[in-house]
Amino acid sequence: MATEYLNLFTRVQVDAPSYPGIALERGNKEREGPPIHVHLFGRLGDAQVGPVYLGWFGLASAICFLIAIEIIGLNMWASVNWDPIQFVRQLPWLALEPPPPGYGLSIPPLNEGGWWLMAGFFLTLSILLWWVRMYRRARALGMGTHIAWAFAAAIWLYLVLGLIRPVLMGSWGEAVPFGLFPHLDWTAAFSIRYGNLFYNPFHMLSIAFLYGATLLFAMHGATILAVSRFGGEREIEQITDRGTASERAALFWRWTMGFNASMESIHRWAWWFAVLCPLTGGIGILLTGTVVDNWYLWAVKHGVAPMYPAAFPAVADPALLQGVAQ
Amino acid sequence: MRSIRTLLTTTAVVVAATLLAGCERPPIDTVQWGHRGTAMVQVYNPRTVESQIDKNQPPAPLDPVPAVEGGPKAKDVYQNVQVLGDLGVGEFTRLMVAMTNWVSPEQGCNYCHNAENFADDSLYTKIVARRMVQMTQHINEDWKAHVADTGVTCYTCHRGQPVPAEVWFAPAPDRQANRMLGTKAEQNSPAVEAGLSSLPYDPYTPFLLEAKEIRVGGNTALPSGNRQSTKQAEYTYSLMMHMSESLGVNCTYCHNSRIFNNWQESTPQRGTAWYGIRMARDLNNEYVVPLTSNFPVNRLGPTGDVAKINCATCHQGAYKPLYGAQMLAAHPELATQPKPQAPVGEPTAALSSQPAN
Repeated sequence: MATEYLNLFTRVQVDAPSYPGIALERGNKEREGPPIHVHLFGRLGDAQVGPVYLGWFGLASAICFLIAIEIIGLNMWASVNWDPIQFVRQLPWLALEPPPPGYGLSIPPLNEGGWWLMAGFFLTLSILLWWVRMYRRARALGMGTHIAWAFAAAIWLYLVLGLIRPVLMGSWGEAVPFGLFPHLDWTAAFSIRYGNLFYNPFHMLSIAFLYGATLLFAMHGATILAVSRFGGEREIEQITDRGTASERAALFWRWTMGFNASMESIHRWAWWFAVLCPLTGGIGILLTGTVVDNWYLWAVKHGVAPMYPAAFPAVADPALLQGVAQ
Repeated sequence: MRSIRTLLTTTAVVVAATLLAGCERPPIDTVQWGHRGTAMVQVYNPRTVESQIDKNQPPAPLDPVPAVEGGPKAKDVYQNVQVLGDLGVGEFTRLMVAMTNWVSPEQGCNYCHNAENFADDSLYTKIVARRMVQMTQHINEDWKAHVADTGVTCYTCHRGQPVPAEVWFAPAPDRQANRMLGTKAEQNSPAVEAGLSSLPYDPYTPFLLEAKEIRVGGNTALPSGNRQSTKQAEYTYSLMMHMSESLGVNCTYCHNSRIFNNWQESTPQRGTAWYGIRMARDLNNEYVVPLTSNFPVNRLGPTGDVAKINCATCHQGAYKPLYGAQMLAAHPELATQPKPQAPVGEPTAALSSQPAN
């Protein structure tokens, strides 16, 4: 049976007494609630749920998040005249819109973007408080703060889209609506307005890191699963004391592509790829409209966009012809 | 264990079916439409195209009437013929029969005419029909940049129905707009007008009635004063979705999707479409809206506006209405506007300034 436990989907459940966690230093609040065991969770990960450390930052973050979600949700519900069935049916289309561009950076009436500003304020506060919480919990456990900084990279992209770029453009109307389809339509319209975001080199980098991160994750996950029969999932031990799992995994990649990451460096590869995706993406969004107005023309100017042979007779802009009704 | 497996399988099937519910089944036809490798391609669902063939067939033309040199003109024989008076009586009657076939085949002559006195203008439909004849002549003479010599007839839009199948009204006002919360900001509903996206649901009022700026993209690499916002781009996007749906074509019919606003990268069809937008705007403002007070209330929209023209009114899903059938050739009387003759009243001015008479 022991070999079955080595893989993710397993019929074998670890059933051990609850582990309350390490002792906390003075001044730390204790963790909330007695832990419980859920069999279904045990099929996917650890069966033990809790105890949860909420803390004041966590509590404040949760309250701010709830306020933001309430503002967004109630506005969506009101927009279908408080009809619960239409709220569910149309939910993917519903949104809380930022103010019309005419308001600039002034504070608009509640129903013309004021609610959007408020929801954005509380959501931002909630996210920042959650970041502080992650940082402090990592410190309390004596861990490094890699997770908090990776989260900060995502927060950077979020802040660029909703706060920094709109402020630089002088209009809250440049920000993203809160809504499922509406934020996707916004993305498409944004790309069209600024001459095709695919010609933005930072967008290119962001995509490379996005796909690269998924590729690395797949390669790493597959490698570790493949050598788990030799104890490969005990990665940390293998970093300091390389066993046959690590040797085989390394040899496999050297055989197939000539180079292998080490047991430790693969995690740095993956971390940087994941973090650079929103970092570069945020830079690309920040430059759009503020520094570059038309990415296609920018790419033509810098020799990035190739010219193709003409397939149609030349088309003139009718608006430039004289004597034509506009 | 078995029950969980059954549950998971059922869930997987239901989720897959839900995700695929909006898809069109293969095979789909693609037609190259530009230089290879540039994604310039037209995508057609052959079943959709096939279903549209029947409704885009022109009716058989009426037999031409023998030309009678120096014969009596309509205005000499009939009373109150304000627009078509210079036609021979035979041509005039033939056009009246054709219009009945095109517009009111079930209702007959009496849809527009008082059966007691055909010269009577008491039915609003007759006032509207007269103005629509003038509009047809105006399109065929002044908007050749869009309709070319193919032109239009009443049938192009009406297709045997008194009210064309595709018309637009301004949407009902957003009830939440003047309340404390929940405005839709003119978007964020499943918009039929914009291919069921959440884009603005009225792209017609700003662009096909008013002359708001459609162009949002800049013409310089670096910022040089273009203040069009992303929100304005959403309105333009919505109008473009309407055009795409109306013509049954992809964006790439007119645009190279790598840079939508660039004319050098566009196809000649974009120029034709450019005039089409101006044509619809011109017709709505000069011909359709001035008739508003003639219509009974039950023909008006939720805000009391008249049924107006958009791309779908004529195109009805085809890249060219009726696949470019040359219907106008059989009706040269609709191809040009009558030359203004000094003393003959000014029907245009008279009609647009007078309500129902």
